[in-house]
Amino acid sequence: MTEKADTVPLRQQYQPQSYWKQILKRPEAGALGGAILVFVFFWLMAPPFRQFSAFTTVLYQASTIGIPAVAVALLMIGGEFDLSAGVAVTASSLAASMFTTQLFGNLWVGAFCALIFALAIGALNGWLLIRTKLHSFLVTLGTFLMLQGLNIAITKLVTGNVATRDISGMPGFDSLQTIFASNIMVGHAQISIAIVYWLLFVALATWVLLRTKVGNWIFAVGGQGESARAVGVPVKQVKIGLFMLVGFSCWFLSMHLLFSYNTVQSGAGIGNELLYIAASVVGGCLMTGGYGSAVGSALGAFIFGMTTEGVIYADWDPDWFQFFVGAMLLLATVVNTWIRARAMKGK
Amino acid sequence: MARSETPIIQLKGVGKNYGNVNALRGVNLTVRQGEVTCILGDNGAGKSTLISIIAGLFAHDEGEYLVDEKARRFSSPREALNLGIAAVYQTLALVPLLPVWRNFFLGSEIVRGWGPFRQLDTRKMWDATQDELQRMGINLEDLEQPVGTLSGGQRQVVAIARAIHFGARVLILDEPTAALGVAQSGLVLRYVAQAARDQGIGVIFITHNPHHAFLVGDHFIVLSRGEVELDAPRADLTLDNLMFHMAGGTGLSTLEHELHSAPPAATVA
Repeated sequence: MTEKADTVPLRQQYQPQSYWKQILKRPEAGALGGAILVFVFFWLMAPPFRQFSAFTTVLYQASTIGIPAVAVALLMIGGEFDLSAGVAVTASSLAASMFTTQLFGNLWVGAFCALIFALAIGALNGWLLIRTKLHSFLVTLGTFLMLQGLNIAITKLVTGNVATRDISGMPGFDSLQTIFASNIMVGHAQISIAIVYWLLFVALATWVLLRTKVGNWIFAVGGQGESARAVGVPVKQVKIGLFMLVGFSCWFLSMHLLFSYNTVQSGAGIGNELLYIAASVVGGCLMTGGYGSAVGSALGAFIFGMTTEGVIYADWDPDWFQFFVGAMLLLATVVNTWIRARAMKGK
Repeated sequence: MARSETPIIQLKGVGKNYGNVNALRGVNLTVRQGEVTCILGDNGAGKSTLISIIAGLFAHDEGEYLVDEKARRFSSPREALNLGIAAVYQTLALVPLLPVWRNFFLGSEIVRGWGPFRQLDTRKMWDATQDELQRMGINLEDLEQPVGTLSGGQRQVVAIARAIHFGARVLILDEPTAALGVAQSGLVLRYVAQAARDQGIGVIFITHNPHHAFLVGDHFIVLSRGEVELDAPRADLTLDNLMFHMAGGTGLSTLEHELHSAPPAATVA
C-alpha cells in the first residue's frame, strides 16, 4: 500500500471482495477442505461408509466431541485452555448419579445439582486463573488431575465399585431421557437428539461470536487482553464466563451419556479434553487466542467423527484412529497457518 | 469551525512530588480549541508525569488544574474522559487480530434489539467507522481487515479517530511518531494538524522530535529536569531555536565549544 492511497480524501465505496477470498479468509476454511478430503477418502476406502445410516453414526460420534468442543473453541478464542473438560464430563455424570441415588432420590434434582457442580468447576478454573495469574494450561492441568482422582476415589468410597448403580428405575428418568438421549426418526434412519443439540449450540455460538457485544469481547480478550481492558472490556468476567460455559457444555454432554448408558464408569473421559482442543485447532482456533470459529470446531469434530467410524467401516484396527487424529492435527495446523498468512497478505 | 478563545484546559504552576523527589514544578500550560501544544523534553524531563496529570492517571500536588475554568483534581482517567480529555498512548489499545470496525467500537459497541436478542448493529458501526476515517482523509481498502495488517501510521490514526469519535475535545498524544518511519510519521502529523484545524480539537503533542513538533505546533513547551526550560508561541521561535533548547540548551553549546576548541590530546588526557 502506498502513502498516496492512504490519504486520498475522496469518498469511495469499498469494493466487496470476491467470494472465493472471503471464504478463504474465514478461520474454518482449512477445516472445510479437510472435512471434504477425509469424507472422499473414506468414501473410496470403505464401501459401508457410503450408506446414510453410516453418515448418521458419524454425526452422532461427532456430536459427542462437538458439544464440549464448541465451548472449548470459544474459550480458546478467549485465549485460554481447559484440560479438565474431559474428566469434568465424567465428574458431572457421577455427580448427577450420586446426588440422586445417595441423597435426593429424584433425577431432576440430581441433574440440577450436577449442573451447579459443573458450573462451579468452570468458575473455580476461571477464578484460580485470575487469582494466581498462572497459565490456564497449568491451572486446568491441576483441576484435571484432582477431578480424575476424585472421580474414582469417591465412586469407590460410595459404591464400593468403579462404576455407579443403574439409574433407569429412578423417578424422573423417562422425562430426562426424552430430553437428553432420545432418538428422532428421519426417513428410515434414527438420529440422536444429541446431534440436534450440537448443531443448535454451534449456530448459537456463531451468532454470539459474530453478532453480539460479548462475542466482540471474547475475540478482544484473547487477542490482546491489555488493550481490551484499556477500552473498558470486563476481561475477568469474560474469562470466568467462558470457563463456566465449558462447564455447562460438559454437563450437557454428561446428561446425554448418563441417560444413554444409565451407569457411569468413573475412569472415563480421560484424554477427551485433548480431542476437544484438537477439534478446535483443526477448526482454525489459534493456540494464542483471538482467532477461531464455532463452525470450525464443528468441522473439526466432524472430521474426528468420520475418522473414528471410517476406520471401523474400513475394517482397520481402531488404534489407527489415534494416529489419524495426530496426523490431522499437524496437517491442519500447517494448512491453517498457511491460509491465514495468505489471507492476511492479500487484501 | 467557530473557535472560542476561552481555554479548555489551563494549568497554573502545577507540580508533582514522588516522596522527596520533585518530578515536576511550576508548569503553566493552556490548551485552546484547534491549537496544537507541543511538549518536548529529554527522557526523565517530566513529560510523562505531566501527561499523566492531565489525563487523570494521578492528581497534582501543587498549583491548579482548570478544565472549562473550573478547578479539578482527577482520581481516574475515566473522570478526565467524561470531560472530553482523552489520551492515546503508544500501545494504542487496539487488538491486532480484530477487524478495524470492531476495534473502533470495542468496549462501546452499538447494539439493537431487546433483552437476550440484543445484537450488534454492524451496519451502523461499519458506516460510522467508514465516515469517521474518511472525514480524516484515511481510506482503508477494507474495514474487515485486521488492525494488525495496517501500517504503523494507519494504526495510530485509527486510534486517534476513535478517541475523537467518542467525544474527545482535548487529545493527548504520547509520542505518536516515535516508532514510525518518515512517510508514516508524515501521515500521522498531517492527521494531527487536520484534527486540530478542521475539528477544533485541542491537541497536546508529546514528542522528542523537534522537527515533527515544529511542523504542527502552535505553542511549544520544553521540559528539562521537571522544570519548564522554554515556553513560547510559534511566532517567537525558529526551528533552530527550538532544537537548541531541545538539545539541552546552553549545556550542549558548552560541550560543542569544548569538543571543537580544545586540543585533541588534552581531551584524551
